Amino acid sequence: MSFLATLRVALSALRVNKLRSALTMLGIIIGVGAVITMVAVGAGAQARVEDQIRNLGSNLIIILSGNFTSGGVRMGSGSQPTITEDDAYALQREVPAVQAAAPALRGSGQVIFGNSNWSTQIQGTTPEYFEARQWEIATGKALDQSHVDAGAKVVLLGQTVAQSLFGDADPVGEIVRIRRVPHQVIGVLERKGQSMVGQDQDDVVLIPISTARKRVLGGRQVKSRNVSVISVRIRDGVDMATTEQEMRDLLRQRHKLAPNQEDDFFLRNLSEVLAAQEASSKVLAYLLAAIASVSLIVGGIGIMNIMLVSVTERTREIGLRMAVGARGRDILTQFLVEAVTLALIGGLIGIVIGVTASFAIGHLAGWRTEVDLASVVVAVGFSGAIGVFFGFYPARKAARLAPIDALRHE
Amino acid sequence: MSLIHTRDLAKVYQLGENEVHALAGVSVDIDEGEFIAVMGPSGSGKSTFMNVAGCLDVPSSGTYRFNGEDVSGLSADALAGIRNRSIGFVFQQFNLLPRTSALANVELPLLYAGLTAQARLPRALAKLEQVGLADRADHHPAQLSGGQQQRVAIARALVNEPKLILADEPTGALDSITSIEVMALLQDLNRAGITIVLVTHEHDIATFASRLLAFRDGKVLSDTRNIPANARDLLAARRDTPLPA
Repeated sequence: MSFLATLRVALSALRVNKLRSALTMLGIIIGVGAVITMVAVGAGAQARVEDQIRNLGSNLIIILSGNFTSGGVRMGSGSQPTITEDDAYALQREVPAVQAAAPALRGSGQVIFGNSNWSTQIQGTTPEYFEARQWEIATGKALDQSHVDAGAKVVLLGQTVAQSLFGDADPVGEIVRIRRVPHQVIGVLERKGQSMVGQDQDDVVLIPISTARKRVLGGRQVKSRNVSVISVRIRDGVDMATTEQEMRDLLRQRHKLAPNQEDDFFLRNLSEVLAAQEASSKVLAYLLAAIASVSLIVGGIGIMNIMLVSVTERTREIGLRMAVGARGRDILTQFLVEAVTLALIGGLIGIVIGVTASFAIGHLAGWRTEVDLASVVVAVGFSGAIGVFFGFYPARKAARLAPIDALRHE
Repeated sequence: MSLIHTRDLAKVYQLGENEVHALAGVSVDIDEGEFIAVMGPSGSGKSTFMNVAGCLDVPSSGTYRFNGEDVSGLSADALAGIRNRSIGFVFQQFNLLPRTSALANVELPLLYAGLTAQARLPRALAKLEQVGLADRADHHPAQLSGGQQQRVAIARALVNEPKLILADEPTGALDSITSIEVMALLQDLNRAGITIVLVTHEHDIATFASRLLAFRDGKVLSDTRNIPANARDLLAARRDTPLPA
């Protein structure tokens, strides 16, 4: 008998027992639906953490000025700027694993446009800053090297600043005064949102570092080459620890520190905190998937249960089929196909319900959910496998019946 | 050459501690075209004989040749093939698939013979027509009377053009008129050349056969010729004389 004919026999047997088929499928429907929903919730939580890391720049190392020792007196960290613009250039040049190193001078001050004003953070930096911080431009253009070389009076506004001074109008091309120095707005930065500690990262203006040093922030920093912070982005796939060590060695050498002296700078790897968060959200995702898998297995056992009942209940039918010429393998295939069909149809309905539930949870609870295609594929494959696995025993039991015993079964 | 040829056929069941000799040396020859009634009280071995003759069961010892072929050593699959092609079964409880149309029930042996749907349909319809139920092809067993269900079962037994029909108490669940109708149908088939082996414990049913085999304690007690009553004539007579009120 052809497989197609067996398939038809199995399908009509399922049609004949509609209620029982539906109840059996219910276990698989709930199981597959639960797996997909739980994985979607877990993946959503994980994706949120990953997004935060991406926002921060996952391979970002921040270099800050450290302890400064003067004549045996240890000053507090950051009390004296020790890192310089040239440190940043040297890192960029001499450590191959560094993708971008951007020095920045930080200060604060008032920005004025027309009759509105806003106090904000002023950062003087270089074009590498955007790459190092993974920060895109929303409108206009970024700083380039010529702006830095010429000490051009140009500015990029953070979203918060742009909103406060211009509302919904386009600021590009307008002139704003930063600490009374007029600058032309050349662009607006993408929204970056809150930092991990709740600081508004969009409350900032970026100007060329040369302009900041000479015209805007001024003071003691004019003469030296010191900077407040260096943001370093490490290339993907390189070892963070080794790279950190290379950077540390280079900076110590540049700062002429003897081996017994402490570092006069700090290296901060901000993604460590988030990596821990990511790990915990991963654990959560696995836990959810594991719980849901249990229900899938319970659903599979439900199929086996019903198929066993079905074999017992239909023993005479099996005997009759054998009497009119069905071979053992015809019976085996028929029951196996019945079980697999139940599992697969249940699996498909489960997918629809799982995907719907994922979106519903995302919508109603406001959680982020991400339906993972892999989880859908795995769920379907798994339900098919459940059909084979839990269907095989009852099917073999049916196929091994002696025709005469099956026919005489009461 | 006999269609059914057995020598010293024995079947032993193990029931707990006891050995039950369901068949204890049966040697019978049945020729093609015969109409045989196998009789005997329950436990006489008549059903076991029918199961072995129908290749549903294998003997413990002895020889069984069906249509010249020694079947005692054949595999389960080979026996299934013989049942499919050469033997039709009719049972007391009809054994139709529930919630399945009469047509699909009749098609069942053709399905296992590997015929396509297009090839099955005309043959199944023709057999339903032969038993007078062409107009009930799409009825489910529950929508048919007992006699009609048994006729569907006979159509199913016929659909693969078998040499032999084995009928195990085919009238056991039917009233007397319907029983005679079913016997008339079987006599028609026998006249068309099909060998029929009928198992029954009712004497009036056995009178329609041309040879009576009586079983007792797993052995053939007697083997006698019989001039069969004509079921069609009997039906006609019954119709002419209505039952007393």
